[in-house]
Amino acid sequence: MDLLYQILGITTVASPLVLLAVLGIPCLFSRPFSEQMIARTVYFCVWIGLFASVGILATMLISGDRHVPIELGHWIDLPEQHFHFHLKFVFDRLSVPFAILTFVLCGTIGAFTSRYLHREPGYVRFYIAFSLFMAGMIFASLAGTIEVLFFGWELVGISSALLIAFFHERRNPVRNGFMAWCVYRIADAAFLIAAVLMHHLTGAGDFELLMGQGAWPEGVATITHSQALLVGLLLVVAAAGKSALVPFSGWLPRAMEGPTSSSAIFYGALSVHLGAFLLLRISPILELSMWLSGTVVVLGLLTAIFATITGRAQSDIKTSLAYASLTQVGIIVVEIGLGLRYIALIHIVGHALMRTLQLLRAPSLLYDYHVLENAIDGHLPASGSRIGSLVPERWKQWCYLFAMERGFLDELLSRFIVRPFVRCFRCFDALERKWTNFLSGDSSRESDDVTTQPEIIEELKV
Amino acid sequence: MLELHLPWLELAILTPLVGVVVSLFNKNAEQTRLVAIVFSGLSLAMGIGAWEDFNTLKVFEAHDRWDLVEPLFGPDVVVIDEFNAPLLALTSLMFFLTPLATLRTKIKRFPFRMNLISQFLMLSTLACRGPWIIISLMGLQTLPIVWELRTRGKSSRGFVIHMGLFLVLLIGGWSMIDLEDPSHEHSIAAIMLLTLAILIRSGCAPMHCWMTDLFEKASLGSSLLFVSPMIGAYAAVRLLLPVAPDWAMRIVALASLFTAVYSAGMALVQTESRRFFCYLILSNASLVLVGLEVVTPIGLTGALSTWIAVCLSLSGFGLTLRAIESRVGRLSLNDYHGLYSQMPLLATFFLLTGVATVGFPGTVGFAGIELIVEGAVEVYPYVGMAVVIATALNGIAIMRVYFRLFTGTIYQSSFCMEARWPERVGILVLSALIIGGGIWPQPGVKSRFHAAKEIMSRRETHTQAETDKHATLSAIPDDDMIAPTKREQASHTLTVE
Repeated sequence: MDLLYQILGITTVASPLVLLAVLGIPCLFSRPFSEQMIARTVYFCVWIGLFASVGILATMLISGDRHVPIELGHWIDLPEQHFHFHLKFVFDRLSVPFAILTFVLCGTIGAFTSRYLHREPGYVRFYIAFSLFMAGMIFASLAGTIEVLFFGWELVGISSALLIAFFHERRNPVRNGFMAWCVYRIADAAFLIAAVLMHHLTGAGDFELLMGQGAWPEGVATITHSQALLVGLLLVVAAAGKSALVPFSGWLPRAMEGPTSSSAIFYGALSVHLGAFLLLRISPILELSMWLSGTVVVLGLLTAIFATITGRAQSDIKTSLAYASLTQVGIIVVEIGLGLRYIALIHIVGHALMRTLQLLRAPSLLYDYHVLENAIDGHLPASGSRIGSLVPERWKQWCYLFAMERGFLDELLSRFIVRPFVRCFRCFDALERKWTNFLSGDSSRESDDVTTQPEIIEELKV
Repeated sequence: MLELHLPWLELAILTPLVGVVVSLFNKNAEQTRLVAIVFSGLSLAMGIGAWEDFNTLKVFEAHDRWDLVEPLFGPDVVVIDEFNAPLLALTSLMFFLTPLATLRTKIKRFPFRMNLISQFLMLSTLACRGPWIIISLMGLQTLPIVWELRTRGKSSRGFVIHMGLFLVLLIGGWSMIDLEDPSHEHSIAAIMLLTLAILIRSGCAPMHCWMTDLFEKASLGSSLLFVSPMIGAYAAVRLLLPVAPDWAMRIVALASLFTAVYSAGMALVQTESRRFFCYLILSNASLVLVGLEVVTPIGLTGALSTWIAVCLSLSGFGLTLRAIESRVGRLSLNDYHGLYSQMPLLATFFLLTGVATVGFPGTVGFAGIELIVEGAVEVYPYVGMAVVIATALNGIAIMRVYFRLFTGTIYQSSFCMEARWPERVGILVLSALIIGGGIWPQPGVKSRFHAAKEIMSRRETHTQAETDKHATLSAIPDDDMIAPTKREQASHTLTVE
């Protein structure tokens, strides 16, 4: 049985990595595969991964095992210093549904995109980022140690930023991709600090050492309340960044600049739930500290309320769906904070499937609306609740302004963090200029003469 | 000390010098380039040979079989050990790839002959252990740069002032250490002079302006080759680490930590690509120094691993930037250039090497950065977190520059601007090393751990010897006139330890 688990487990983990290697290596030699070949490779790897993960689920159900660790040895091992990065994957009631969900949705999106991006110049680029994302999701879902989870977490981050900026000949997608990347880096920094703290507390990054031996969700954390609060808060920041919880919600609607298929898989289905998944994984830590659980509940509530108000004033379908997703994610986070772990897990799976369908349907839905409106020679009747009529006019105006400005979150972050930071370092830069000019005895900066656009070597430049 | 099977080291060091002599017979720039490529390539082969030969001996250090320089400088001057073995090969690789990736249109601007001389000096520095020889070679290394700046008609004042001060402090500090009784703890003045010298050469803020000035005025290739082997960190290991007390190491570590964050912040607000690259190097080199100076096995292992990772990834990053500059000139970061459509391979490599510098998982830098964070947090629980902040800021800066250079618009050209085959060779070699080292980090980390242990044990042996002498002195009766001073020093040493 162990051998079977081992084979299936390794196959599950290896399939997205094989896909990444097969698609990526030819590109390094400037010999990318044809569209058809790429699509076939994607189908093949996703099917293999899906079969293996479903196989492991079936085996677990038959044998009654609830916790199957797959040990691949030490990735880095310094035994004298008791320092090691354990390459370990865990198949349990949390990770298996998430892995299967990943394969199902990635397969669906892979098939959808092979037609949606047919003959697009970025076809190969999309699938490379897609395979990077799938590898990241599988690693993060099945991680048995915090380092493996971090590995997957980072892969999801970079693929996400690249896919938001997929239409990179335009500036807006690029700016939005960059913004998402900035938030991810802050979240990643918090995650890395938490990982280091875990190493210090338990001597390793193994979840079992931190959260007890019991199978999820029955583990009991082995650290003190104050330690739980510290590590937990850092991980909550990491989760908030990844799942676009308040105050990091600004990047989510911007992320809709990417192709519909990546929007669906990232911000409707998988990536946006990764923060919630992290909170579920560390739920034994949340239980240790009332303050921590309270913080998670409040964060979830604030996010849900913010998203539901803001989503009502959005004028395009993808942004509305993004806020609808965020509302659900907020509710899922509240459920996790309240200790309703199975409900949260079911909620994640259900929401991911439904939102993917909605996002994939979005472009054709607009087309269908136009057809219907042409047919009836007028606008379709308005739908929705009448709660708005009960709210006083002044409140409504304020809510509308709040929604249009997306909660002023971007402005607050920009005014109180980004601008002071940039101003401060530009001031240092000016001081350095004076100092180097003084030392050189002339103008020290040739870079000042560099033109905004590179030298025009041809008139074809646009 | 065991011997290598062949005089690999001396051959690796002297081959570039032979190349210089051969190139003197060439008037043609194209031929000079060819000579530079061939001889730096041969030197690389010798460097790899030395490393492989050394690995077969299974010892910490070894020297050449027929020590050719022994009659001139004495025994065991040129030594290979676990610390410098990969650095020699890596530096040779950088010196090989730079002329290889120089486009034909730029061969008249790039000083190939000086490049070979610099390679000779760098390899000599890395292979030598004698303090005075290292100091002399570090002084000589500055000359090709000054020559280049003068040839280009640029002001070299900033560079000369900093390097002059560095050399004066280094010579002063080491002279005092030489003159002082080795059985005593070295004087604060001597250690401070050495520490300051190391801080200047490593570009610790606010003494880093020579580096930005250099990148502004010298060719990108020469600047890259002068800065990225991290000779300042090398001097810290060879000269400072064995003699400095813990307080001096802490000064360097904290100054480096500050520099790492400061440079990362500065990299984010730069409006031109070279200056950005300079701050990126500075930030990463400072992280290496942080790991070195926390003086724990984990921190030191992290620093040595990151050293190699940063050398690899920043060389690749710098060569990519140089390749782009060769095609479209110096690049402003105030606007988008949209170069992806013209050079997708270079764009991909730019991103790969960029994320590798910040320790992205799956790249060669990941293990090193994790270990440095671990080591820094172990010694400075709160301040050590600054390492994470620095890497986060660097990550943001790299992506910003990637987007600015390669996206945001379409750069149209009727001719192909993609990487030429020599550039592709460089890209593929470095990509393989960056990804291979990331997927399978254990051999590299293990080898760096052995080197770190040896460095630690040497430092401990030195400190222990001092402590033992002080303990012996403390047994001297109180009526001895010298005893109180000695006892005070001994107690100070023990307290510091």
